[in-house]
Amino acid sequence: MRKPDLSVKIAGIALRNPVMTASGTFGYGEEFAEYLDLEKIGAIVTKGLSLRPRAGNPMPRILETPGGMLNAIGLQNVGIEAFLEKKVPFLRTIRTPVIVNFFGNTVEEYAALAERIDTIPEVAGVEINISCPNVRHGGIVFGTDPKAAWSVVRAVRDVTIKPIIVKLSPNVTDIVEMAQACAEADADALSLINTITGMAVDLKSRRPALANITGGLSGPAVKPIALRMVWQVARAVKLPVIGIGGITSGTDALEFILAGATAVQVGTANFMSPGASQRIAEEMEKWLRENGVADVKELIGTLRV
Amino acid sequence: MQFKSMVVFNVEISPGYRRVRLTAPRAMLEARPGQFVMLRVREGIDPLLRRPFCVFDTGTFSPEYPGTPRQHYFDVLYRVVGKGTAILAALHEKDYVDVLAPLGNGFDPGDPREEKILVGGGIGLAPLYYLARELVRKSRVTAFIGGRRKEDVLCVTEFEQLGIDTYVATDDGTLGTRGLVTEVLEENLSGGEGSRAVFACGPEPMLKVVADICRRNGIRCQVSLEAHMACGMGACLGCVVKGESHTEAAPDYRCVCKEGPVFNADELSWE
Repeated sequence: MRKPDLSVKIAGIALRNPVMTASGTFGYGEEFAEYLDLEKIGAIVTKGLSLRPRAGNPMPRILETPGGMLNAIGLQNVGIEAFLEKKVPFLRTIRTPVIVNFFGNTVEEYAALAERIDTIPEVAGVEINISCPNVRHGGIVFGTDPKAAWSVVRAVRDVTIKPIIVKLSPNVTDIVEMAQACAEADADALSLINTITGMAVDLKSRRPALANITGGLSGPAVKPIALRMVWQVARAVKLPVIGIGGITSGTDALEFILAGATAVQVGTANFMSPGASQRIAEEMEKWLRENGVADVKELIGTLRV
Repeated sequence: MQFKSMVVFNVEISPGYRRVRLTAPRAMLEARPGQFVMLRVREGIDPLLRRPFCVFDTGTFSPEYPGTPRQHYFDVLYRVVGKGTAILAALHEKDYVDVLAPLGNGFDPGDPREEKILVGGGIGLAPLYYLARELVRKSRVTAFIGGRRKEDVLCVTEFEQLGIDTYVATDDGTLGTRGLVTEVLEENLSGGEGSRAVFACGPEPMLKVVADICRRNGIRCQVSLEAHMACGMGACLGCVVKGESHTEAAPDYRCVCKEGPVFNADELSWE
């Protein structure tokens, strides 16, 4: 059988395969270059950027929990100018689309940053983070109110011609309502889910395990919730969906595709093994070959219900 | 680099403390003292994340199989504290682990004419033996080893075999001087003279005191830090420490995994 076709298009961005790296789990790509071929994955999504550098939360910031991990990094990042100066030169050398995740405290900040990113030719698209659960501003305010989400997406739409992906939070009553608001504001694609708010307690010290008290849960433990939300959103809106949540294997990724995702993002698995995203793409190809599927696009949203 | 390693031995060296020897590619012999490894101790998702360990030693040995060439290895000294180390402790000869190594920056050995002073508390001794082995080739080395009880004082024999003057202190006096290792260090430093450099690893309160003693005595001090980390390569930002100039407006966070684990004590905020 011929080599199966794994290529997909997300918001006009051509990906050689559906596997992207999730923001905040893959640095700026360079950190992982030693452990995998960056030109064997679909796209790199870089660590969430803000206009100015951001300190992040106090320590401890991470904790392993059964089947997952909690993090409360607090969007620590180098800021847009350092990104341009120090990170873009490496990303320029990689023949893989770069998607820049970013956030702001206000609608105006989102727009100002989007305008700045719009001038960087190396950037294939943007992912608007309206879903970080670990800082009061910097996202979640906009990620839980459909009207606020609409305003942010529309403000960004007005200043950039780059494809816009909106990363949605699972910490809402109705994620479909959020997805619809983003679609109405002319987003090009949706990625979901960001982490689920959780916490852990250290009985010995009688204190929360994280300094931020709460954190975002990720990893295999959240996969069933992510699958359910991807399925709900993909049925309800016309935009392409990028599935995120606990993907550690090719079969995990293909399950998201069946549920309606066009592409996937690999997050926590990059910490488990830095080459995970490439391995997952290879496992997807192997499964397609073994099951006589010529094109991964044939599988999108074909869950038999 | 990433590689699979076979367990050569995995033995208890003191109650609760173990030493595991793992096969390695030749490049592992180039690991610098103070660098670390991330071990995946079992396939699957439990435990989910790798665990960081210092390189305790590297070398070569002759396998017992006929006609086989010498085999490279590295050793890890560890304390059984949680799920990851409990699984590691249960591994047997010929079991496999997955390794990312060598990671981090390592110690700067500095000018060989200086007297080198090593200070280790408990499992904090783990990176110091490999460092001592390198330093004794060119410099005079003294070691200060502390622990709560005598069981927590590790590898004194190994240090003495390198010809190093070794001072021991325990909180309960079951081995060496009764008291804190930092007290013994300070007493000793005040009598000494000439150019000296301190290398320390251990619990944070101990490091803080060592940093303070060194600052007061005008001695360069490098500390090796321990932290929870997810990736080991500067991506997750889960293992940061505050740099000396840190403020909320101008954050100065350093990644223990990437910019450390070894720092000059005066680069860090000890608040």
